[in-house]
Amino acid sequence: MANSGLARMEDAGLSNAAGEPAAKAGRRFRHWSSLRWVAVAVILVGWFVYYPIVDNFIVSTTDEDIFTGETTNIGLANYERLLHDPVVWVALWNNTLYALISIIFQVGGAFVLAALIEGLGSERQRRFWRAIYFIPSAISITVTGLLFYFIYQPDIGLLSAGLRRIGLEQLIQPWLGNEDTAIYAIIAMSQWQGFGYSTLLFAIAIQKIPRDLYDAAVMDGAGPLRRLCSVTLPLTREMTGLMIIVTITGAFQVFNEVMVMTAGGPNNRSQVLGTWLYQQGFIQNNFGYGAAIAAVIFVVTMITGAAQLWYTRRRRVEL
Amino acid sequence: MTVMTANGRTPRPTFGGALARAFLYSFLICLGIVVLYPLLWMALNGFKDNGQIFGDPFALPSRWTWGNYVQAWNRGVRDYLVSSLLVTVASAICTVLISAWTAYGLTRTPMPGKPLIVGLVLGGLMLSPTVALIPLVRMLQAIGLYNTYWALIILYTAFRIPFSTFLIRAYMLGLPKDLDEAARIDGASEGQIFWRIILPLCQPIIISCIILHVLFAWNEYLFAMVFTNGSAVQTLPVGLTSLMSKNGTNYGVVFAAMTISALPIVLLFFAAQRYFIRGLSEGIGK
Repeated sequence: MANSGLARMEDAGLSNAAGEPAAKAGRRFRHWSSLRWVAVAVILVGWFVYYPIVDNFIVSTTDEDIFTGETTNIGLANYERLLHDPVVWVALWNNTLYALISIIFQVGGAFVLAALIEGLGSERQRRFWRAIYFIPSAISITVTGLLFYFIYQPDIGLLSAGLRRIGLEQLIQPWLGNEDTAIYAIIAMSQWQGFGYSTLLFAIAIQKIPRDLYDAAVMDGAGPLRRLCSVTLPLTREMTGLMIIVTITGAFQVFNEVMVMTAGGPNNRSQVLGTWLYQQGFIQNNFGYGAAIAAVIFVVTMITGAAQLWYTRRRRVEL
Repeated sequence: MTVMTANGRTPRPTFGGALARAFLYSFLICLGIVVLYPLLWMALNGFKDNGQIFGDPFALPSRWTWGNYVQAWNRGVRDYLVSSLLVTVASAICTVLISAWTAYGLTRTPMPGKPLIVGLVLGGLMLSPTVALIPLVRMLQAIGLYNTYWALIILYTAFRIPFSTFLIRAYMLGLPKDLDEAARIDGASEGQIFWRIILPLCQPIIISCIILHVLFAWNEYLFAMVFTNGSAVQTLPVGLTSLMSKNGTNYGVVFAAMTISALPIVLLFFAAQRYFIRGLSEGIGK
């Protein structure tokens, strides 16, 4: 009905030969002119977010002489150099380690913690604990990085003093100065800072579960552990999947904490891709090689980004 | 019915139940100490001199003087704080305004090529600042913005538009269309509809966006470190590391400076917790 009505109106409009083109042009102008609402955003994002990514690939095929400023096209030589650079492999492994440990604590641990908090009796208590654990996430990573730089110092740090107090003096060492412990010490700081954030996100997801499902489970005689595994876990699975992807993406972009605490040392053993890129591009002025390292980060984050897109799309279809 | 709910809701006062509760609370309290004690230690060390810092780290300061805090403030923290405040406020306003404009265009106008523009703007969410770093340095040097406030304001705005637009657009999609259609029939222009009707209705999500942006901009380190090098334009996160290298031997001052830079954002979080949580749950839940 509505369609035929519209068609008739347009027929009537067509017969009105004088008015129609002007009205149509006016409408078309209104359509095009509404692009002004998005113009600023498109220009800014295009210029400062998209274009540099494209440019990065161009830079990665060049080599710049730092004395003459002359750039030469060297094709894929920078990428070939990546494959033979041992530090790149150390950095890739450290990023992977970062992802694995963060999934254990900031996805697994945070999920259990959020379930425990949401099981508490009063909303006041729940809000209190969520807020307490979140505090480190609100603080700049420079501050927390510097703080743990001091905490890990053997002479003035809390960690060594604590170990001494409980009689484990033999374990004391320069945590950030030791090639084998540096990256673990940095990752530990990162867990301390980040778990409250993911706990808060899980708590939000758990709050969305209808209460009567728990009541029904209780009626069926399910204990707390059973309720956790059969109600909470399956109903927050989407959030868990999303958190795993987001955590992996974050782990491959890590930069700040490593920069502040060790700058990749000692002996490049705590380098991650981000800091190695900085070291090559800005300290050693190998722009081309730095851009090639950036391309590796780009590829990894594109894969995880595509996974995220696929995951959220699939979820929407199911609903 | 009543029997069953009584059984389910309030745990029976059994020995096992009490033990489990005791374990739960001691776990939560221990974890709370692990989280808070380092921060307390940081603030307390701001009151200590080097002699005390090298002594027992668990001891309280022997004298409660603000000397280190005053010194930190005068030796740079004040300037860094001003820079941080300026960059944060300016980029927050730009980001939220531009994102609201964009979201309005994408939800309320007969714009051609909408899916393309949505994909373009929101696709920016997947691109990381690290990857763009090297080209951005050359670009900003070429257009003369290197080592200025503008570099940080523009970059923070450009890189946060996708996320803010995503949040505001989702909120605007949920607003009923009758209001603006009625206003349009009454002869209101697009600008009037945006400023007078839609923007006020979006107030909750706008506040959430501002809070999330402030948290990001106040703490951002990578861009701030790469694009500024004089203490005149350095923001707090970068300023702290240079303060550390300048006063590296006077630990008390460094601890005081760290405490001063952490405090505003923690207070903001507690003051605006509600908006903050709304922003987060909208952001990841959709």
